[in-house]
Amino acid sequence: MNKKEILIKINQLYKIFGKDTSHALELVKNGMSKDELLEKSNCVLGLNNINLNINKGQIQVIMGLSGSGKSTLIRHLNRLIEPTSGEILFNNTNILDLSIKELTQFRQNNMSMVFQKFALFPHKTILQNVGYGLAIQGISKDVWAEKSVKWINRVGLDGYESYFPGQLSGGMQQRVGLARALATDAEILLMDEAFSALDPLIRSEMQNILLDLQNELHKTIIFITHDLDEALKIGDRIAILRDGSMIQDSGPQNIIMNPEDDYVSDFIKDINRARVIQAKSIMSPTNTKSSGPVISDKMVLEDILQIMSDAPSKPVTVKNEAGKVIGKIAMPNLIEGMKRPKSQGTNITG
Amino acid sequence: MNWFFQFPEMGRSELREFKKSIDFAFRDFSRTYGENIENFFEPLLMFLVWFEKLFINTPWPIIIAGILLLAWLGSRSISILIGTLISFLLIGYFGMWEDTMSTLAIILVATILCISIGIPTGIAMARSDRVQIIVLPILDVMQTIPSFVYLIPVVMLLGIGKVPGLIAVCIYAIPPVVRLTNLGIRLVDKAVLEAADSFGANYWQKLFGVQMPLALPTIFAGINQTIMMALAMVVIASMIGVKGLGLPVLRAVSNQYLALGLMNGLAIVVLAIIFDRVTQKFGLRMQKYRKEIKD
Repeated sequence: MNKKEILIKINQLYKIFGKDTSHALELVKNGMSKDELLEKSNCVLGLNNINLNINKGQIQVIMGLSGSGKSTLIRHLNRLIEPTSGEILFNNTNILDLSIKELTQFRQNNMSMVFQKFALFPHKTILQNVGYGLAIQGISKDVWAEKSVKWINRVGLDGYESYFPGQLSGGMQQRVGLARALATDAEILLMDEAFSALDPLIRSEMQNILLDLQNELHKTIIFITHDLDEALKIGDRIAILRDGSMIQDSGPQNIIMNPEDDYVSDFIKDINRARVIQAKSIMSPTNTKSSGPVISDKMVLEDILQIMSDAPSKPVTVKNEAGKVIGKIAMPNLIEGMKRPKSQGTNITG
Repeated sequence: MNWFFQFPEMGRSELREFKKSIDFAFRDFSRTYGENIENFFEPLLMFLVWFEKLFINTPWPIIIAGILLLAWLGSRSISILIGTLISFLLIGYFGMWEDTMSTLAIILVATILCISIGIPTGIAMARSDRVQIIVLPILDVMQTIPSFVYLIPVVMLLGIGKVPGLIAVCIYAIPPVVRLTNLGIRLVDKAVLEAADSFGANYWQKLFGVQMPLALPTIFAGINQTIMMALAMVVIASMIGVKGLGLPVLRAVSNQYLALGLMNGLAIVVLAIIFDRVTQKFGLRMQKYRKEIKD
């Protein structure tokens, strides 16, 4: 977390769907809104001036309601959608300048993708599905089959190699999707609402698989979701999109404690704060030990409350991973943390 | 107000001249290029004749064994196998063996020709909307124009014989395989194609690795229809000199021979049913992976 190296840099990215996009781009740059643009020039504003730095080895979540442009944004990274204007730098190369041949190379080697509806090849076996990314690079069957088996086992599908996707359940199919994406050893993983189509129990299981894998592999993951709980669980950083514009990009704790505007406040108002807010977000910074028990700075409010209920008058000591005292928490801190941040104006609904 | 009740048509003599000029132009065209075009189709004729001779000269038990083997490979069904055996024994017993072999030869050649032209055309249509816009109306014309109408220029160009018959059969039979190839490829799930794209597949890898395999059942339905329509053209093709089961039917129509017409007509029907069942079963077996989807 400490060493932050930027792997992908998105600069002033615009996407407008429709005819005469160059004219529409002018209008948008002069501040025209999405609705106005649709009415005046019959163009749909997909992305509006997106600037985002994605750190190497982190999970960057991109959140938003449907129609906010999150799926459009992720498809720009491997150019399944071409932008209207802007640049996407990967190791200082602009992805948008790549020739068709270079782009194919780039897709084969550097990025792989997991899809919301799995998008497995129904006519290929699980083994062939997982090996697909390698097979189209012209790698011999012995090699890709071996790697493919390794990843199938890694996602817990041992013995299913010769099955067809249609014979597996949704959760198993998405494991295949994940294995297929991992098999190419690409350093960037794009996940487009990868777990949204799964039922809650399976979804949570898949999130854990992903976090396990991430602890081991340290990929750069761009994860799209509309589910805040999911975003908070797996995201190192969370960017929030609305109508194609980026509203806020910060760490998960910061999103909850300091929402940028009403839209974000509205987004977070239904979450269980006790279960997601961590000690470090509510503590009063100090480096002297307090009278109560010692807790980790990542402990969530719910658990702190459990500990403090034994001796409510004694503030607890907060230590970071290195074991250094960094703060204390007393009852008023807990109450303050539970309280929803004030909205600047009236709450937006819908 | 006369023009209101009477359609203002072209003058009679002008119309005659108009028609005449087209007729003469085409006649000149066929006199100048007829021979070249005939030479162009020469290999096709040789191919067809070779097939016909092969079918007719091979001893009947070998032919039947070969057909049964193909039927088994295609359908894996005992009942289809028995039906095929009985049908061919009856056809031979009633003296229609040679005509049936001729028909089989022309159907086979026509089907090969239709597939080898039709599938690439369908692929091109699926790839480009512009090609689709151009080809679709041509297919409509081919399917709806009365076959006698295009028999006229074909006969004028190539005379009476096997090749014009084959061309007439193909014009009528090729649209389904083109249409269904196009449709099959276009119906392939966009998400799956996007996945192939995201892994860096190129056009040909997508076409042969994803689109064609997934479109195959639809394409096969097209091939099945093409064979059926080719069989349906057998009688009309015999009017311009194609030998086979159509010829006795034609003779029966002009002489009112009920039994002759019925027997040969039924033989065509039997061939059609065998072809249909075998290819359909084969098409179904190809989508086996779809069958086992649970819940």
